[in-house]
Amino acid sequence: MYAIVIDDSSAMRMILRRTLSSMGFKVVDAVNGRDALDKLANLDYVPDVALIDWNMPEMDGLTFVQIVRDDPRYRRLSLLMVTTESEQSQIVRALAAGAHEYLIKPFTPDAVAEKLELLGLTTAGSLT
Amino acid sequence: MSIGSPEFSFVADLVRREAAIVLETGKEYLVEARLAPLARAAGVAGVNEFVRLVRQGTNPTHRWSIVEALTTNETSWFRDAAVFEGFRTELLPRLLQQRSPGQPLRIWSAAASTGQEAYSLAMMLTDELPPGQRFEILGTDISKEVLDRARAGQYSQMEMNRGLPARHLVRFFQRHGTGWLVDDRLKSHVQFREINLAGSLIGLPRFDVVFMRNVLIYFDLPTKQSILHRVRRLMAPDGYLILGTAETTRGIDEEFEQNRFGGLSAYRPTADEPAAALRRRA
Repeated sequence: MYAIVIDDSSAMRMILRRTLSSMGFKVVDAVNGRDALDKLANLDYVPDVALIDWNMPEMDGLTFVQIVRDDPRYRRLSLLMVTTESEQSQIVRALAAGAHEYLIKPFTPDAVAEKLELLGLTTAGSLT
Repeated sequence: MSIGSPEFSFVADLVRREAAIVLETGKEYLVEARLAPLARAAGVAGVNEFVRLVRQGTNPTHRWSIVEALTTNETSWFRDAAVFEGFRTELLPRLLQQRSPGQPLRIWSAAASTGQEAYSLAMMLTDELPPGQRFEILGTDISKEVLDRARAGQYSQMEMNRGLPARHLVRFFQRHGTGWLVDDRLKSHVQFREINLAGSLIGLPRFDVVFMRNVLIYFDLPTKQSILHRVRRLMAPDGYLILGTAETTRGIDEEFEQNRFGGLSAYRPTADEPAAALRRRA
């Protein structure tokens, strides 16, 4: 399975890359929404899931979600927001924009696995 | 420092006596991890010192705090997706066919811990049941401390991240400080009660479904047999018992038959109950 991690923090990209790799995902990463759109356009496959930070320079995660949801090429791409934004209204906004799931930082590897399981992508507990 | 052999034996004897839970040699790491916070809270240097303090008996609540610390397990929302999916898509519809709408559906979450399983079931039933179909969920646990948390329905952000679908979070919870609070509508379907499965189950009603997952593994065979026997007597004749994915009634209590519902194994009582017992329930 394939994942794209979109976050402007190199530490967060590394954490998510490590977590996803241990679950058998092949991972590419991007530093913001614009970079992610470029990377997606150049891949010869569509990843199974995008893990998306909200606040990033150039293009934020919510804008990325809105663009991708309107693009039929990415219909099968599951969109998981991974962000420090934790207000109820923000979660509602992200879901309305087209995000499939929402994970609030900080998180444990198990929490990532369980969110991916909710998206039908893996079996939680595969880390252990 | 590792826990000493006499200290481990004392703890193992204590939880065996109080909760009928078997802690075999090799579980020292578990005892150390669970008791370390208690030692810190008591202001002593380590787990060995804490156990010695407890043995002196100066503070009676310490003994129970050990039992609680070793019977509490990490839990998540909708734990084991295949179990909830099988329950939602196959077991529940079959159960409803056999019930009249006026009859409330009663579900027992028998190792409720901090309440995630009970509230997960309440969220699912709110979505799945036809209008007018009532339901009641009872969550029980041996630990008063976890049940107090379950009743409060208050969860940290880290706990909310554990398997709760985002659409449920925004629908059934409210922001509360840095955490989240279960809304009152959901709470109205769920009650919590302190119960030791190895002790008396008198006073419990009859249940349509019993969730007792990852509990039996902690008990020795005679205690497992005793628990299954007494739980079976609390089940509706066409009710179901749901165990952990690695657990079975086979070899423990042969008066259950196994049924598959997708990825879910559920056990149905096969034995005819004495007529007197049925009359008492009527």
